[in-house]
Amino acid sequence: MRPILMKGHERPLTFLKYNRDGDLLFSCAKDHTPTVWFADNGERLGTYRGHNGAVWCCDVSRDSSLLITGSADQTAKLWDVKKGTQLYTFNFDSPTRSVDFGVGDKLAVITTDPFMGLPSAIQVKRIARDPIDQAGESVLVLKGPQGRINRAVWGPLNKTIISAGEDKVVRIWDSETGKLIKESDKETGHQKPITSLSKSIDGTHFITGSLDKSAKLWDTRTLTLLKTYMTERPVNAVTMSPLLDHVVLGGGQDASAVTTTDHRAGKFEAKFYDKILQEEIGGVKGHFGPINALAFNPDGRSFASGGEDGYVRLHHFDPDYFNIKI
Amino acid sequence: MATEAATQPIKLRWGELDEDDGEDLDFLLPPKQVNGPDENGIKKVIEYKFNEEGNKVKIITTTRIRKLANARLSKRAVERRSWPKFGDAVHEDVGSRLTMVSTEEIILERPRGPGAKQEEATAAGDSLTQIGKAGAVLMVCRTCGKKGDHWTSKCPYKDLAQPSEGFVDKPPAEATTTAANTTKGAYVPPSMRAGAERSGTEMRRRNEENSVRVTNLSEDTREPDLLELFRPFGHVSRVYVAIDQKTGISRGFGFVNFVNREDGERAINKLNGYGYDNLILRVEWAAPRSN
Repeated sequence: MRPILMKGHERPLTFLKYNRDGDLLFSCAKDHTPTVWFADNGERLGTYRGHNGAVWCCDVSRDSSLLITGSADQTAKLWDVKKGTQLYTFNFDSPTRSVDFGVGDKLAVITTDPFMGLPSAIQVKRIARDPIDQAGESVLVLKGPQGRINRAVWGPLNKTIISAGEDKVVRIWDSETGKLIKESDKETGHQKPITSLSKSIDGTHFITGSLDKSAKLWDTRTLTLLKTYMTERPVNAVTMSPLLDHVVLGGGQDASAVTTTDHRAGKFEAKFYDKILQEEIGGVKGHFGPINALAFNPDGRSFASGGEDGYVRLHHFDPDYFNIKI
Repeated sequence: MATEAATQPIKLRWGELDEDDGEDLDFLLPPKQVNGPDENGIKKVIEYKFNEEGNKVKIITTTRIRKLANARLSKRAVERRSWPKFGDAVHEDVGSRLTMVSTEEIILERPRGPGAKQEEATAAGDSLTQIGKAGAVLMVCRTCGKKGDHWTSKCPYKDLAQPSEGFVDKPPAEATTTAANTTKGAYVPPSMRAGAERSGTEMRRRNEENSVRVTNLSEDTREPDLLELFRPFGHVSRVYVAIDQKTGISRGFGFVNFVNREDGERAINKLNGYGYDNLILRVEWAAPRSN
């Protein structure tokens, strides 16, 4: 395959997100402007100007009309996807790390970093149908985990919130009462900070990637460890194919060590693993730095990777990808 | 998609202006011209604009248009296709190439090629992969030949075995690396570090190393076809088919790079004179680029 290279960002990529139809790809980077691209040919549709810091995460509503972004400028913003205008700004006292719309797009979970003595927190906001009615109050604030919470997403039917972060523990919270329901086991869980978390298309299981050079597959309801995928480098990004039983891990060595090593030694590949057999299927090379973000098109026929090198690479699979046998 | 932008500043002097102009039309730009797409799908757009110095610049953009087969999109997605650009995308320059198609064919590299045996560790050229696979493969005692048990210097049979020739030519390299290590804290370039045997020039040459030239290919042969043809012989690091930029038709030759020279040798022996798509392939080592 010949990937499409998109050079819209001037700083390392942080997050990638496809909309539900799979025709738009949203990219966030450490420069201040999230960007939207057409997912088929990589053409840039527009940029969302207004943030004043690195943008860490984004999510798009099911009908692709509303975009939420979380940034290091201590805000999360709602945007009109079509026009690129700001609709609302949530102000926080610390940088926001992750954002996620719940089912129905009426709720959003936002995580904030520990900052100036403040602990990290998971905040739930109600999203109004009409941006004029939008209010800034949090419905629920969850505190407790030590260190940064790198990702928090909604569980099935918005009944739970799944969070993971620097304290190596995956937690499931009750989204009504804010009680901690389950915690991952210290023994079987990750040994180093968890960098990424991605749900399967049906939400029954999710995968976490960690700096301990592994990715783990968990059951959403019971939080039982299903599978572990071992790799050679820290994992920065994980995603799962919605079509085949494949998981993709992206990573590489620390950005600080990039310049002193050959790019072939850096293992800046997107690694494909068989979800069930936990065996490596293959690797897709191309980035000149660690991979920070991965996203699978909802149709399962293409995926995008974003790297520390500032490039988004859009890969449309060759037909023979779909009959790979181990 | 082949694109090229030819810019040529045109300085207009009043004396060179057309006689029948009558008035100074210098500030007007000729309208945008769109030619094609022709039968090859090549579209030419000719635009004029002023650059920073106020000179008129002619910009020719050549694009090849391809129809996407069976694109299934939802109604909403089709509608989104016609959304106007916003933000920075509005003022995008004609020349700014934000989106490019990789010139390199990227393949999903299997850890083991289909049909290949588990003897990957013999890959002589790819010491990097060996370093990644723990010390076990790398740790081969040169005295007794035992793998993964001990280093040569710690060999219990050291005194029994006679120093072989392979051992004699090694010490100089080791001496330099240990010398580099003793100066603690000083920067040691990767090529000088312990374990690095290949010099920088050697690394750069890799692209041309173990390169096999394939000529007399049929027009429909594409890189994946070539990959399929050559993959059974061993690890392929690169495939390239020369393609005419204008017509998009193969020029009938290509290159395949092997990780191991022996694999390339076998491929040449097997495929030179092989009938492929009604044509007899000619497969040989690529001559190094002369410069």
